[in-house]
Amino acid sequence: MQQPILEVNNLKKYFDIRGGVFGKKVGEVKAVDDVSFSVNPGEILGIVGESGCGKSTTGKSILRLIEPSDGEVKFEGQDITKLNAESMRKLRRDMQIIFQDPYASLNPRHTVEKIISEPLLIHGMSKQERKSRVKELLEVVGLSSYHASRYPHQFSGGQRQRIGIARALANNPKLIICDEPVSALDVSVQSQILNLMEGLRDQFNLTYIFIAHDLSVVKHISDRVGVMYLGRLVELTDKDSLYDDPKHPYTKALLSAVPLPDPDIEKERIILEGDVPSPSNPPTGCAFHTRCPMAMEICKNIRPNFEQVEVNHFVACHLYNGAEQ
Amino acid sequence: MTEAILKITDLQTHFFTDNGEIPAVDGVSITVNKGEVVGIVGESGCGKSVTSLSIMQLVPSPPGKIVGGAIQYKGEDLLTASKKRIKDIRGNEISMIFQEPMTSLDPLFTIGNQIREAIRIHQKISKKEASRKSIEMLKLVGIPRAEEVMNDYPHQLSGGMRQRVMIAIAMACEPEILIADEPTTALDVTIQAQILDLMKKLNKEKNTAILMITHDLGVVADICDRVIVMYAGQVVEEGTTREILKDPSHPYTKGLIRSIPKLHEKDQKLYSIPGTVPKPKLGVVGCRFKDRCEFAHDRCFSDSPELFSLGNSRHSRCFLIDDPERKVAQDAAANIGSQ
Ligand SMILES: Nc1ncnc2c1ncn2[C@@H]1O[C@H](COP(=O)(O)OP(=O)(O)OP(=O)(O)O)[C@@H](O)[C@H]1O
Ligand SMILES: Nc1ncnc2c1ncn2[C@@H]1O[C@H](COP(=O)(O)OP(=O)(O)O)[C@@H](O)[C@H]1O
Ligand code: SF4
Ligand code: SF4
Ligand SMILES: [Mg+2]
Ligand SMILES: [Mg+2]
Repeated sequence: MQQPILEVNNLKKYFDIRGGVFGKKVGEVKAVDDVSFSVNPGEILGIVGESGCGKSTTGKSILRLIEPSDGEVKFEGQDITKLNAESMRKLRRDMQIIFQDPYASLNPRHTVEKIISEPLLIHGMSKQERKSRVKELLEVVGLSSYHASRYPHQFSGGQRQRIGIARALANNPKLIICDEPVSALDVSVQSQILNLMEGLRDQFNLTYIFIAHDLSVVKHISDRVGVMYLGRLVELTDKDSLYDDPKHPYTKALLSAVPLPDPDIEKERIILEGDVPSPSNPPTGCAFHTRCPMAMEICKNIRPNFEQVEVNHFVACHLYNGAEQ
Repeated sequence: MTEAILKITDLQTHFFTDNGEIPAVDGVSITVNKGEVVGIVGESGCGKSVTSLSIMQLVPSPPGKIVGGAIQYKGEDLLTASKKRIKDIRGNEISMIFQEPMTSLDPLFTIGNQIREAIRIHQKISKKEASRKSIEMLKLVGIPRAEEVMNDYPHQLSGGMRQRVMIAIAMACEPEILIADEPTTALDVTIQAQILDLMKKLNKEKNTAILMITHDLGVVADICDRVIVMYAGQVVEEGTTREILKDPSHPYTKGLIRSIPKLHEKDQKLYSIPGTVPKPKLGVVGCRFKDRCEFAHDRCFSDSPELFSLGNSRHSRCFLIDDPERKVAQDAAANIGSQ
């Protein structure tokens, strides 16, 4: 069996809620609550879920851009949650992140050249070497070398995302966490970036964790997909199983809610009642029970385990759990 | 006989900025019939919002100005109507909902206060009666605990609930037409499904016409009878939802449809239209799509295509329509491309 490049075990991130004049802790938001999964080299793992379900927090905790509250993150077999700052900095060459809003993540006062070459500084490359590397990277992402002297505001959204990708590629990373990289883009530009990212994966043998809320985009690009709800993974399997044979009632509702651009497809839509509950006060038992059309008595009190119910198909739901025994 | 409720003819809305005059809406004509759901689709910046804001003269002015065209509501010219008349129509006969409901609700007043006032501006009923009607509307749009929510302030509600409140306010006066500018774009899909269902119900039960502005072709397929495709300030294609989605004519519409990943189809290589959406500017020579179009030919660089008729209410702003031979070549190329 292939050794995963990344293994996430029981990852948790709780944010304190502070209140009152003294800023005392008055509660906590369980943004990520016991999430486990692994990613194989060369794979694209998609993570979907509604706003606030903990996708970005999961991504940032893996890179320790925010410190996880608990759990293990193993990169190539090594638990990185205990590494000191210096070792972590070295490791970051191998693990990169791309954000949704490329504008917010690019320093507006720096030229593209400076932005892309910044991660190269740790190598002790000569100025000339850095220059030619920047030129190479710009071409890889479909820009031109004359763009190097320009500033971020002189680019369109899609071009800025290309700059963000070029920067992420600078140190030949192995894993890139892509947090909604195409969500802010127009459809016609979105497909350009998706194609670019697929091409780069093949060209440089990259591994992606691809976070998005658009299920069609995630299906298109991913090999496997995990569905999150209120800080937890509720289903994880390869993309065809997930889309052809969803098991968790939330996954079913989510898929049925996506309007398809084809007037001939009449689909049964599962309309969920109400909104996603607050993660600072999640429901007891199965967190989905307040909206689940299939909820049973047991769901109110006992949290279902995240278990394998078919080969490579993991689900956290009492309808399936225990079915294997 | 179909009755036109809203008729926009050759609308020109321009912005006068330090960087010159921007023809954000450049000769747009749209008709919405009674009880019909019409979609306007297009990528960001193509002029969808400015078109919808022009209808009720809500374009920020300066820098914006309607410099040409006509907008008729049931035959009455809105562009020459008095301010008082427009105010009367707004919310009463034509209602609008926007993408970000937080900005359209007043943070200082309770939800109840705002719905009640909206109803009382247009209907002479007692405060008590208006309260009763408000609660009824909140229940209709699926707000749980409607009585309590009446006393809540906007920030106490989630985005989906705020949008439902906006729809409740918009619907409270039973308008003839609802103009919805990306009403679900900021919402999660499960909440979007609730809102779209609600809008369909209102359309069916009250025969309210809807002008639905969106960039999501899935939303179009779900709710619209007819679609207008905009590009760079102009209408480039128009037809029934089925015609546009199943048998698009304009190269831009075709490219757009092939660019979206589809949930219901197995792995496909995504097509991508090269380049980006151009900023609107004056004095463009030739077709606005020419720099991105794989079928661009000499004529596309020298002349501006008109909106050619394809029979019935179908139109396409492309010289290929006018040139059967090239059209055949285009169809063949598209077939190869999609295989
Ligand atoms: N720094 C923080 N302090 C407190 N709470 C936070 C912080 N960052 C995130 N949260 C909370 O954690 C939860 C998960 O947030 P996260 O940003 O991971 O969601 P997401 O799935 O990425 O959502 P979106 O689709 O909107 O990007 C949310 O309830 C959010 O409000
Ligand atoms: N207040 C404004 N001042 C200057 N230009 C504007 C203003 N509002 C919109 N525009 C321009 O008008 C064009 C159309 O905008 P809009 O209708 O908002 O597009 P969309 O189709 O995304 O709704 C864009 O190029 C935009 O930059
Ligand atoms: S455990 Fe119960 S409430 Fe949760 S998804 Fe399964 S059936 Fe629904
Ligand atoms: S008129 Fe010419 S450039 Fe414009 S869409 Fe048609 S073929 Fe393409
Ligand atoms: Mg996020
Ligand atoms: Mg808009």
